[in-house]
Amino acid sequence: MYLEIVTPDQKVFAGDIVGVQVPGSKGSFEVLENHAALVSTLENGNVRVNEGKTSQNFLIDSGVIEVKNNKVIILAESAKKQ
Amino acid sequence: MPSLKEVRSRITSVSSTQQITKAMKMVAAAKLRKAQDRSMQMRPYAKKLSDILKNIVTNSEQAASSEYMDERPTAKVLIIIATSDRGLCGGFNSNAIKAAVNAAKEKYASQLEAGNVTFMCIGKKGRDFFLKRNYKVDAEYAEILAKLSFEVARNAAEKVMLAFKNKEYDVVELVYNEFKNVATQVIQVERFLPISLNLSAQPQSTSKLDLKKDEPTDYVFEPDQAEIVTQLLPKTLKIQFYKALLESNASENGARMSAMDKATENAGELLKELKLTYNRTRQAAITKEILEIVGGAEALASGA
Repeated sequence: MYLEIVTPDQKVFAGDIVGVQVPGSKGSFEVLENHAALVSTLENGNVRVNEGKTSQNFLIDSGVIEVKNNKVIILAESAKKQ
Repeated sequence: MPSLKEVRSRITSVSSTQQITKAMKMVAAAKLRKAQDRSMQMRPYAKKLSDILKNIVTNSEQAASSEYMDERPTAKVLIIIATSDRGLCGGFNSNAIKAAVNAAKEKYASQLEAGNVTFMCIGKKGRDFFLKRNYKVDAEYAEILAKLSFEVARNAAEKVMLAFKNKEYDVVELVYNEFKNVATQVIQVERFLPISLNLSAQPQSTSKLDLKKDEPTDYVFEPDQAEIVTQLLPKTLKIQFYKALLESNASENGARMSAMDKATENAGELLKELKLTYNRTRQAAITKEILEIVGGAEALASGA
């Protein structure tokens, strides 16, 4: 599964992942392989990117996530790696 | 004819000016590249955002509504004008200022008379102009150009949007130079708020890009379509605002580059002329001296 985290200033993350946990507007949820197509708004919070053996955390400031055909795109107004 | 010394000092002064303009041109070129990089980086975000929005707006039956679409009778107007911090960039600033003043005088004459037109200046040059002429000015974000990024632009945009929401302004216009190429800037006067409906169906930031029609995907929307639209619209507004600033920034450096290029060229021409004068004067002085010597020798010879 491929993930991109994009802000207007830069591309913060791009690469293959196992899963990603995001702070959805109606509660935190995780997107795994073969997730149904989805568009959701995100709250301020932590995005946890699971790359299999390692994981990374990004603090995002209000965004939106789109999932389609095992391609995940997170648009955030700012994202800081933690 | 000017004396040799005068010409020589003029030559030095012109050639040092030429060096300065040449350096400024190079700096502007480097900054231009940086500004263009920044707008390239913003593009994927802007494109994706408008894709999602377009997808939802075209798929949903109910018309999108947002507090930013609120059309009210125009009583109070805000004009955001993007200029530069420094001069020496040809007609860049004066064109933008002229366009803003014209927009205020033509479109909002009655509001201007009543003192209800505020100018929000991004860039010191515009701020100085409007302050000097006693217009109503909001200069809080006048100096953000020095380190322009989405972070700072966002704060300014949020302030404007909040003011609109609180009915402090009924219409917000955006005046900036659009970057066409290094030599050409096109003045843009566009309405920032309220959003008109066809604008939200086709967000401005991708109007130039070719939008391929994807297969319609059956998305799960969370929380729901209307809510997502209300959340996304402010984001596109901020992007629109940021994009205008980036365009203006790129235009500024393009304008400065061509202005400085012209100046360097002119200095070169001036130098050529001065060198000619210098050599002519030098030649004349030598001829005069020889004549004097010959004349003196002649007088001595005839005297002897």
